[in-house]
Amino acid sequence: MADPSRFRCLSPSFDCRRFNDEGVPTQTSVEQKQVEESVIKCYNHFKTSLDVFPDVPFLERETHEQFLIKGLHGLSSSYECLDSSRPWLCYWILHSLELLEVPITEERALQIAKFLGKCQDPEGGFGGGPMQFPHLAPTYAAVNALCILANITEKAFDVLDREKLYKFLMRMKTSEGAFKMHQDGEVDIRGVYCALSVARLTNIMTKELTLNTAEFITRCQTYEGGFAGYPGLEAHGGYTFCGIAALVLLGHTERCDLRSLLRWTANRQTQLEGGFQGRTNKLVDGCYSFWQGATFPIIHMIMCTDDDDQSLSAERWMFNQEALQEYILICCQHVHGGLIDKPGKARDHYHTCYCLSGLSVAQHFVGGSLSNDIILGNPQNNLRPVQPVYNISLDSVMMAQKHFGSMKLPCENESLTS
Amino acid sequence: MSEGSSDDTGSHDTWVPFKDRPEWKDVKPIPQDDGPDPVVQIAYTDQFREVYDYFRAVVAADEKSERALSLTKEAAELNPANYSVWNYRRNILQDLNKDLSNELKYISQVIEDNPKNYQVWHHRRVIVEWLEDAKDELLFTEKILQDDAKNYHAWQHRQWCIQQFSLWAKELDYVDKLLKEDVRNNSAWNQRHFVIKNTTGYTDDVVVKELKYAQDFIRKAPNNESAWNYMKGVLLDRKLFDNPSVLEFCHDLYSKQIRSPFLIACMIESYEEMLEFGKPKKEETLQKALQLCNELAEEHDTLRKEYWQYMGRSIASKYGTDVSGDS
Repeated sequence: MADPSRFRCLSPSFDCRRFNDEGVPTQTSVEQKQVEESVIKCYNHFKTSLDVFPDVPFLERETHEQFLIKGLHGLSSSYECLDSSRPWLCYWILHSLELLEVPITEERALQIAKFLGKCQDPEGGFGGGPMQFPHLAPTYAAVNALCILANITEKAFDVLDREKLYKFLMRMKTSEGAFKMHQDGEVDIRGVYCALSVARLTNIMTKELTLNTAEFITRCQTYEGGFAGYPGLEAHGGYTFCGIAALVLLGHTERCDLRSLLRWTANRQTQLEGGFQGRTNKLVDGCYSFWQGATFPIIHMIMCTDDDDQSLSAERWMFNQEALQEYILICCQHVHGGLIDKPGKARDHYHTCYCLSGLSVAQHFVGGSLSNDIILGNPQNNLRPVQPVYNISLDSVMMAQKHFGSMKLPCENESLTS
Repeated sequence: MSEGSSDDTGSHDTWVPFKDRPEWKDVKPIPQDDGPDPVVQIAYTDQFREVYDYFRAVVAADEKSERALSLTKEAAELNPANYSVWNYRRNILQDLNKDLSNELKYISQVIEDNPKNYQVWHHRRVIVEWLEDAKDELLFTEKILQDDAKNYHAWQHRQWCIQQFSLWAKELDYVDKLLKEDVRNNSAWNQRHFVIKNTTGYTDDVVVKELKYAQDFIRKAPNNESAWNYMKGVLLDRKLFDNPSVLEFCHDLYSKQIRSPFLIACMIESYEEMLEFGKPKKEETLQKALQLCNELAEEHDTLRKEYWQYMGRSIASKYGTDVSGDS
């Protein structure tokens, strides 16, 4: 039998981690307590399984793989609400499969690349499906998906119109340094991250593309330390990832108050559940395993390279990696495959992708030449490491750099007049 | 709004296929082209497929008509996240010079049914922009926030309206009401910061008032991170030690055996700033800060052990005499 003391969720003091409403019950505390009850149920159930299976928790690779492959082939009509996110579906599935190291045939890879080509607008950028208007979010998803596919066959990149992609990005640029998500669309920090990520990967990052962008990002950092979607709004996990990752892509990390960012992000890991919440006093959600979790490697990298900070650990990120793995593996695996937000929620490809990505971050400490793996449960739970800024594998990033790195930057003046 | 039969045809039970609609006879639907080997293919219902086949035909012909407008309504109802549909709908609204107050009523209903959708909120914002009138917006967002007090889209829309149309006057009262209902509503605390920063600013007088406001709430529930974050946010452009009342406040709570991690963290930050700005009793301050980091790592916030150990090492290496070799 496995030694229960190895697990935080089975430690004698675990019950003390329950939310203390201090005699002031409010809607926030009531909902928090409900979630804690459902999480405690999962951890208690896990305790009973320890006697039978010594190497739990176990990542159910096969059932997750089946769920993902099935989605790649086709989806039921209940996915009509995601009909404008089909490049996202490709990316969520391909990245999950990449993390699980499930091979994809060259033929299949080319089929997916061709489908993504169908989503590409004749004037540049990708839409949510064939013949939909181009939009920065599916553009990001499509480019990431193509980088993953390029590991299987470099021909995947052939579908991408790099020159027109640049023109699309320039058309989305706003005077305040941000980006519209689409023509006549909303402006927020997602657009900045999506635009800069694809620009770096395809080597089309020019000075004019990034003019005033660092200023806009800086304005999104809130008094709490995290980033908001737009200046004035509340600090939020998804937008915080976009903000700090975008500053890395720009090479302007000095624009961020790193210490307050670190403090805010560290405080988002929840005491009892072990997963991450998206905002202060909100509920845990498996997807923030990545959005918040990946912010730690990014902060680590900045503090190490920019500040040469000798106080940094050479073994661990600055969050509780074991606790996050317990939450994902014990509370977020759907019995029929796929991963979820929290116990009782439905599975989907988005949560599968970001739970697995977060699990990978929690398993692998990588700092320059140093590395340290902390694999909770069965050794086969080990996932492929991710590059935290793009959330694709290191190999996928390298494929993009190899393919686009030597290509010429777009001509700035010409694209201005287009 | 005169949108023909769209209100009937839009609902599922009475949906009429396009082949049975004489007004669409002249249009040749355009099927979606997924290519020869589709992936992530959705098994559309007949209704979904047909509505979007006609939508594509309308866009291809650049048709801006009443029937096209009514078609966008059907398409948006089937997938409110389809930004192309909303975008095209706005083009038609402008082209036909439609009554925008009716559009506002319509989008209100759609948002109430889909309160967490980017596209529908953006549509509302553009309509309000065109109307140059935000008289319903505060009430509308309050209605949405009544069901979900932390709805990010609702707060975003509200902030935009307040800023665009200078609706600051009663916002602090609203925030106050929300915080009295739920002191842990972090969106409300954030709104408080937003309002003050953009109106009076955090002047000396306001700082005193706001510190007291936050501290009163902290005393009631010292484990509430939102109030702590706001209190430190009040002093964002200053130093925590500039305002001796903050450290006194912390010491008072600490002496009452309160060990909220946020309390201890605030003390550490104060000490750290005192060290940074060369305040007297350096060694004593340093030892206090390190001891508190250790308390958090080992006892009161063990989940964040890695973080607090790092903070301890970092403070020690920056201000420790044993490292620098002098004081």
